[in-house]
Amino acid sequence: MSVASEVQKLKKRYPDPLSAVMPALQVAQAENGGWLSPDAIREVADALDLTPAYCLSIASFYDQYYLEPIGRTHVEVCTNVSCGLAGAQQVVEAFEHELGVSAGSTSEDGAFTLGTIECLGGCGWATVVAVNNRHRLRVQAEDVPGIVEELRGA
Amino acid sequence: MPEYPSIVFAGTTDGGAVLDIAEYEKAGGFRALRKARAMAPDAVIAELDASGLRGRGGAFFPTGRKWSFVPKPDQLPKPHYLVVNADESEPGTFKDREIMLRVPFRFLEGCLIAAHGIESQHVFIYIRGEYEREFEVLRDSLEAMRRADLLGGVTVVLHRGAGAYICGEETALLESLEGKRGQPRTKPPFPAIAGLYAAPTAVNNVESITTVTPVFEMGGAEYAKLGVENSSGTRVFSLSGDVVSPGNYELPHGISMRELIYDIGGGVPAGRELKAVIPGGSSTSVLTAADIDTKMDFTSLVEAGSSIGSAGVIVIDDRCCMVQLGIRVSQFYEHESCGKCTPCRVGTKWVTQILQKIEDGRGSQADLDLLLSVCDRIMGKCLCPLGDSDAIAVLSYVDKFREEYQAHIDLGRCPFDGESSLEGILAPSELHAHHGHEPAHV
Repeated sequence: MSVASEVQKLKKRYPDPLSAVMPALQVAQAENGGWLSPDAIREVADALDLTPAYCLSIASFYDQYYLEPIGRTHVEVCTNVSCGLAGAQQVVEAFEHELGVSAGSTSEDGAFTLGTIECLGGCGWATVVAVNNRHRLRVQAEDVPGIVEELRGA
Repeated sequence: MPEYPSIVFAGTTDGGAVLDIAEYEKAGGFRALRKARAMAPDAVIAELDASGLRGRGGAFFPTGRKWSFVPKPDQLPKPHYLVVNADESEPGTFKDREIMLRVPFRFLEGCLIAAHGIESQHVFIYIRGEYEREFEVLRDSLEAMRRADLLGGVTVVLHRGAGAYICGEETALLESLEGKRGQPRTKPPFPAIAGLYAAPTAVNNVESITTVTPVFEMGGAEYAKLGVENSSGTRVFSLSGDVVSPGNYELPHGISMRELIYDIGGGVPAGRELKAVIPGGSSTSVLTAADIDTKMDFTSLVEAGSSIGSAGVIVIDDRCCMVQLGIRVSQFYEHESCGKCTPCRVGTKWVTQILQKIEDGRGSQADLDLLLSVCDRIMGKCLCPLGDSDAIAVLSYVDKFREEYQAHIDLGRCPFDGESSLEGILAPSELHAHHGHEPAHV
């Protein structure tokens, strides 16, 4: 289904079609390989009868809209207090080592983006690592080589 | 250890979930909804008042009273809305997620009871974007209820957030739901009068709404017998940090912190000592090992100089540098500030930078004074409590661990000599500076 027709469906869920802008950006992002290009933003704007500038103002506010290309696999390690106390920094460094990228960047082949992230709401199961928004719990540095091997094989 | 009643998680065992609607109904599910729907809306609110239920999101506002502020449809003839805050993001808090995963029908049943109480036909559940599995469970559970014809003409929309802590603040959440940047509004008007789409709106947290269901199953007066004065009922405490058995534990209000951390949580790992406890999410003032016998209820925690907040209890042992803790907490609020109010947008950054200077051994006595002054210039000067939360947290660390802060200044270095448990932790706000640095070990 095209982004435009998907957005028409989303609009019907709300009393005011402006409320559909967040889910519409999410649909456009998924359709565009995980990030919001200027064309993808324009598509949302056209479907909702908004300006691209308005849609960009929304996309730039929220952390889960990406305005630059990101890797096919996005690894985010929670480094807030509870995960930090459980050794999250060692997990970050293990991912840097295994993936060969520094946190905050994407591998040259576009396979992986590695980042740290604020509290994912899994403090009791630290360290929490989100892989394409799916959470892995109780990750320790020694688990990382196996995880990366699995992700490379996927 | 005494047996405690399971109210929110009733019907589940050993961390299990009730995801089958027939199983839920067979165990007594939807009785509360039928009972509530047979009552007049005013009687529903009176039942809630009798239960003493207070908001579990952090503000602890009486739920029944909140609903009573929503005008009757004939007083204000606009659509009425129930908005459920499932944007759980307070560091140290992970209870709503487990509630949605394990007892989704009890939560959704509570939504429908609440909608009846405020005479609303429209429910919006705002769930944080990072909760993918939780979203799927709610979507499927909702579909099962629709097929079982339980919605009674009420529309329930699941709206996904996209990564913004500030949207847990109710007016920022409403802005976000309207398709705007999630920035708090001035109050008044309060959401009860002019909330979503400028119409009467009740905004409630997931745990509060889920608790509504058992209140109607057992009756408000019976529920009020649980817990202690001013803090009735049970609470899902999220226990994390330096503790042997972290996790969510549903316990009556008023149990002691010692019981929670030691008897239930197994205490701090062997060979270490308890240093500090953050009792209600990172926005609350820190307590020390000396406060271990504090009761976990609203009044007792206020008397101890803190707050029950979201009941997210973070245990910290003696390996942790309290200046580093301040930096990491402040980095969070700096990153999540929406930018609308200058004291918060600029102040949180100042707090982080001054703390970093002290941690690096470059801080002077004047910097410590400046830190306190900046905190004072944030407190109470913004539209919402985000900036205040940073200031409250950091001020409490300085207050309770003044000698440790002073030692950084006197020694000209961190006394932990690189051995603190939060040493070198990379916050998202630092990623930009970090990006481009080749990792040394590659």
